[in-house]
Amino acid sequence: MMTNTMNFNLVDTLYDAETIAIEKMRDGAGKGVAELGAQKDDVVVLGADTMGSSRAKYFAEQFPERTVQVGVAEQNLIGVTAGFAYYGKVPYAFTYAPFLIGRPWEPIRTTLCYPNNHAVLVASHAGLATGPDGPTHQMTEDIALTRCLPNMTVLCPADFEQARKAVKAAYDLEGPVYVRTAREGTEAFTTEDTPFEVGKAQVLREGSDLTAIGNGYMVYRLLQAAEQLKDELSIEVINLHTIKPFDNETVIRSAEKTGKVFTAEDHNVVGGMGSAVAEVLGHHRPVPLQRHGVLDRFAESGSSKDLWKKYNLDTESVIDAIRGFVTHAATL
Amino acid sequence: MSLTDEQTQELEHKANEIRQDLIEMLVASGSGHSAGPLGMADIFTALYFNVLKHDPQNPTWSERDRLILSNGHIVPIRYVTMHHAGYDITKEELGTLRKIGSRIEGHPSYREIPALETSSGPLGEGLSQAAGIAHAAQMDGREHDFHVWCLTSDGEHEEGMTWEAIMYAAKYRLNNLTVIIDRNNIQIDGVTEDIMPLEPLRRKYESFNWAVLEMNGHDMAEITATLEEAKSIQQSPVCIIANTTPGKGVDFMEQDYKWHGVPPDKEQAAAALKQLRSLGERIEVADDD
Repeated sequence: MMTNTMNFNLVDTLYDAETIAIEKMRDGAGKGVAELGAQKDDVVVLGADTMGSSRAKYFAEQFPERTVQVGVAEQNLIGVTAGFAYYGKVPYAFTYAPFLIGRPWEPIRTTLCYPNNHAVLVASHAGLATGPDGPTHQMTEDIALTRCLPNMTVLCPADFEQARKAVKAAYDLEGPVYVRTAREGTEAFTTEDTPFEVGKAQVLREGSDLTAIGNGYMVYRLLQAAEQLKDELSIEVINLHTIKPFDNETVIRSAEKTGKVFTAEDHNVVGGMGSAVAEVLGHHRPVPLQRHGVLDRFAESGSSKDLWKKYNLDTESVIDAIRGFVTHAATL
Repeated sequence: MSLTDEQTQELEHKANEIRQDLIEMLVASGSGHSAGPLGMADIFTALYFNVLKHDPQNPTWSERDRLILSNGHIVPIRYVTMHHAGYDITKEELGTLRKIGSRIEGHPSYREIPALETSSGPLGEGLSQAAGIAHAAQMDGREHDFHVWCLTSDGEHEEGMTWEAIMYAAKYRLNNLTVIIDRNNIQIDGVTEDIMPLEPLRRKYESFNWAVLEMNGHDMAEITATLEEAKSIQQSPVCIIANTTPGKGVDFMEQDYKWHGVPPDKEQAAAALKQLRSLGERIEVADDD
C-alpha cells in the first residue's frame, strides 16, 4: 500500500504555515451532524446550555423538532441520551469536554457503555486549546477517561474536515462513541477528499528514522516538524485519529521500521493517546518512546497561542522535544 | 376500571407466591437485598399481572409499556415476577442469583436480559433514561402507543441527577411518564429522614410542576386504580408516592433498615416462608368466602 501524502489528498499548501486556512474543529463536527440530520431522520441532538459554543446550533437551527435542551445538567444529559438510544434514536450529545465526560462519567459508564447503547458524545473545548477559560475548562483527561471504558470508541479528528467526517462515521458504528474536538481554530490540512476510516491510522508522511504519532491538531505540528527537520531526520508521521479501537498493525509496523516512537497530544501524558501507544508497543514491539503532551499538571488562563508556547505544544517546542528524544535514544 | 374482589384476591395470592419465591431465591444466593424487594412485591405484581401492556413472549414488542427500574438493587423481585409472568426466566435460574455465569446479575443487566429495559444500579439515573424514552416517543407522535413507568427508591431522591430529570420531564410535559417512588423510609445507613430528610416530598414534586398521587403500596385495589389514574393525567408527568413497608410480609424484617442489603440465612428463610405460607392460606380462605 502506498502511504505517501498524495494518497491522502491533503491541501496543496500543506507546509506553508502562513497561508494554510485556519478553521475550528468544533465547527466541522457541528456542521457534520447537521448534514447527517438532513440524511437521517433518527438523529437527535442534545445540548446542555452550550448549544452555541459547542456548535450543536447548526443542527438545532435546522431541526428544532429533533433538538433537546436539557439545561445545565450534564448527568441528566447523559441519562436522557441513553433513553433516546434505548428507544432506538441515534442521539448526539454536545457540550464541553469537562462537562460531557468529566462530570457525568459514571452515568456514561452505566447507561451507555455497559448496555452498549449507540450514542455519540461530541466534545468541543478539549485540551489547552480551550484557552482563556483556564484549567477548569481545559480538559486534558478525557481520552484517559473514555478509552478505559469497555465498548467505547474514541475518535480524535485532526482538523475541521476530519471532525465533520468523524461525526458522520460515528453514526454507522455500534455502541457509544466519543468525538473530541477543540475550541480554537487550527490548521485545516485535510480536504473533503481525504479518506477517513474509523480504526485505521493514517501514515501521512513516510520516514525511516523516527515515528511521530499525533492526534487532533497536533498532527499538523508533527507534519511541520518533519518538514523542518527533513535535512537531519526522516520522520514518519501518523495521524492516530482513532484511539480506540487501536490500530495495532499500523503503529507496530512503523515502530519496527524506525525503531523510535514520539507521540504528541494536547492531553495529559498520563493515560492519553501516548499511553495507549506505549501499552501496545510495550507488549508487541518495545522501542524507545517519548510521550509529549501536558505533563500531569494544570495549566492556566491564556490565549491558546500563549498556552501552546508555554506548555510546549507549539511546533518549535515539538521540534526541540524530538531533537532531545533522538539524542537521548541514541544513548540507550 | 376497578378490580373485582376476585381479581384483587388473585393478585394478592400471586404476590404472596412471588414473595415466597423471593425468599427462596435470596437464601439460595446467600447475597442480595431483602427489605426493598419484599416491600415492592405488591406493586410489581400489580404491574405485571394487571397494569402493564406487555407480551412476555415478545419482550421487544415496540408498543410494550417500558418499565424502567431505577433502584436496581431491588431487581430480585423483578426477576421473580417476570418468571411468574411467563418471561424467559426459569425457576432454576432464579436460584443462580448473583452467581458466576448467571444472567440473573446482582443488579439488572440489559446485556443479559433485554426485557429488563435498562441496566441500573448506581442510584438516581433511571428517571433520566425513562424521560429520554418518553420524550423520544413524543417526538415520534407515539405518546399514546405505550406508557413509561419508572420505579425509584425514596433514598435515590438524594441524588442531584434525579432532580435534574424531574425538571426536564416537567419542561417537556412528558405525560406518558409516571414515576413511582417506593416510600419505605429506609436506606442502607438508616431512616431517610435521619440520613437526609426528603420531606415534604409531595410538595417538592408539585412545585416542580408534576401531578402527584399517593397510594398504599400494599392495597391491590388502590395500586391498580392509582396507576390507571396516573395514565389518564394529560397535563404533566405524574409522580406516585407509594407508601410501603420494607420487608412486608415477614414480621422480623418489616420496618428494619438492617434488612436493606442482606439476605436471610436458612433459619430465617424458613421462618419467613412459614409466615408467608400462612398468609397465603388466609388469602385462600378469603377466596372461598
